[in-house]
Amino acid sequence: MEELLEKLLEAVEFGKVDKKSPYPPQLRDMDGAHELTIRAIETGIKPQKILEEALIPAMERVGKKFAECKIFVPQMLMSARAMGSSMFQLKPYFASGAIKTKGTFIIGTVKGDLHDIGKNLVSMMVEGGGWSIVDLGVDVGADKFVEALKNNPGAVIGLSALLTTTMVNMGEIVANIREQAPETKILIGGAPVNDDFCQKIGADFYAPDPQKAVEYLNRIAS
Amino acid sequence: MKYKSLIINNPEELMFGIAPKPVKTRRGLEIGGGQVYAELNFTLPVMSINDNTLNQVYAHYREIAEGALERALHLNSKGVVLEFETLLEMTKTPSIGVEIVKIMNGICEDYYQKFGLKSEIRLTPNDLREFERPAKQRSSQFLEPLFELFEQGMIAGGDLLSIESTGGKEVSDEALMMCDVKGMVFALAVLGVRDMQFLWEKIVSVANKHGKIAAGDSACGFANTAMVLAEKKYIPKVFATIVRVISVVRSIVAMEQGAVGPDKDCGYEGPFLKAITGIPISMEGKTAACAHLSPLGNIASACADLWSNESVQNIKLLSGMAPTAYLEQLEYDARLMNEALRAGKMHCQVLQQLLVASDVYTDPQALILSPENVIRISKELVKGDSYVANARNGALAALDIIEEALRSGRMKLPELETGYLPILRDDLNTIPDNESEFIAMMLPLIDQSKFIPAEYGL
Repeated sequence: MEELLEKLLEAVEFGKVDKKSPYPPQLRDMDGAHELTIRAIETGIKPQKILEEALIPAMERVGKKFAECKIFVPQMLMSARAMGSSMFQLKPYFASGAIKTKGTFIIGTVKGDLHDIGKNLVSMMVEGGGWSIVDLGVDVGADKFVEALKNNPGAVIGLSALLTTTMVNMGEIVANIREQAPETKILIGGAPVNDDFCQKIGADFYAPDPQKAVEYLNRIAS
Repeated sequence: MKYKSLIINNPEELMFGIAPKPVKTRRGLEIGGGQVYAELNFTLPVMSINDNTLNQVYAHYREIAEGALERALHLNSKGVVLEFETLLEMTKTPSIGVEIVKIMNGICEDYYQKFGLKSEIRLTPNDLREFERPAKQRSSQFLEPLFELFEQGMIAGGDLLSIESTGGKEVSDEALMMCDVKGMVFALAVLGVRDMQFLWEKIVSVANKHGKIAAGDSACGFANTAMVLAEKKYIPKVFATIVRVISVVRSIVAMEQGAVGPDKDCGYEGPFLKAITGIPISMEGKTAACAHLSPLGNIASACADLWSNESVQNIKLLSGMAPTAYLEQLEYDARLMNEALRAGKMHCQVLQQLLVASDVYTDPQALILSPENVIRISKELVKGDSYVANARNGALAALDIIEEALRSGRMKLPELETGYLPILRDDLNTIPDNESEFIAMMLPLIDQSKFIPAEYGL
């Protein structure tokens, strides 16, 4: 049982989606996350255990390697895809409540801004960290964030911006969210923002990179 | 592809300040005609743009233009280009963008009439089309305000017309993050090329109608994004290098449609365009550190005709407002290059060699910008029969150059980087010459919910 979870962890860590996937070369022709997850479920391993002892630790390793510049984003994305194929098998157990995520993270690039590469990276890393994601996309105004929060009470909000003329929209969104649900945790990120700006608009945390966003979310989830 | 050979074949002739096809402007700048000029780019500080702040917005641009030209005058500048890259609201409501052009053009004219200082405005509307997702590249409601701004903006005094168009970006964003070189060739050499043909036919037509200059279109959202991601260590530098080369076949379409330069600043593909077409180019390097970091600080100026700072906010520094300070930095760099040009060919070559040697082996993205390598890659970029084949051939030549530099020991890269070289080469070698074959190969592999093939004529 432990060996199976260790193999699944390795498959996700190195981005082996399924058996036919040629990547990574060192795991060619071996079972990937897809097959290993099915086997784990069939063997009777609890889905929560699969998530907590294989998938999340795998993505933590990936996040650490990325933070230490030992891998690039493509490797990280392959790991995310491998995790995704595993999560697909676990989906029914999320619906039934047999698995609980760490929480829900609502993320979007703020109104007037179309830049989403950074937002997508954060989204993927946070999902890998065991959170449910609600990705609102780009050019998102306060109303959409508030509506998403109503549908996902207690969720954490992530705001992204890349322009000096759109970062100001973060303040309006934060104010709207505070009005509806004052206790909501809000983190912000993007090239023009910093910790001072974060404090000024009343957000809770400035994440300078995706890994810091994951670390913050894990802190508040624990 | 229209171009089958190079205008500049000899690396020694790929020189700053000198272009085989210089561009003369209304107030007397001769870009590529033996001088390097500063091109200042700027943006607003942290603020909203709405009805309540419009007067402040206009005041910022007035302050920027006056501060820059006053400083240029004080430094005995030979001339300045002010690049006005619009923000969303200024294109969506073209009257805002037009008013800003009018304000800045009035200041340019004033300094020209009173002091003889030559300056022009490069008008660069932002490409609004990507606000719709998937973007409707040919039928977008945003094309109307975009072209209204082009037309009214040039009447108001925008003499050089540019854009950083986004055709193909729907595919390239993911391809960049996955280091998918075939995806990048598809995004740039198929989708980007088709969109550039559509867009630049119109831009050139409007420019000709008003006697203005259709300048160029840099692959900012593609190759510059790649460079910035590589600087953050998100993707390998070797991949960003290849993306830059592939972007040439997309950006050259503006020239095929009749654009004459100067190509835009963030297009580090400019040296290749200059070698192939002979147009003057704008470049940015160390002076653009205010906007983004790069490994190309000195080498970028080796064959620049305009020298730019990419973008700086109008905020106060100890010396003065940031755009004024950056104008001064650009002006001193231009002054040095102009002194070499005045002193003669040997001095130019010595200065260029120093600019090149100080960067060339520090990073593969710098390596491909040495004049020798620009010429070598450019020859490969024009020898095929299709944009796709040319993109592949240019990329393979760049890989050869990187591998030669590694083998010689002059350039060092970590294994994390070099591991990608054979992967990229293998992937490039699967790309056929024929565009139709390539499209048939790629369409099943690409998420078609993200782009509309019909909007590219596919």
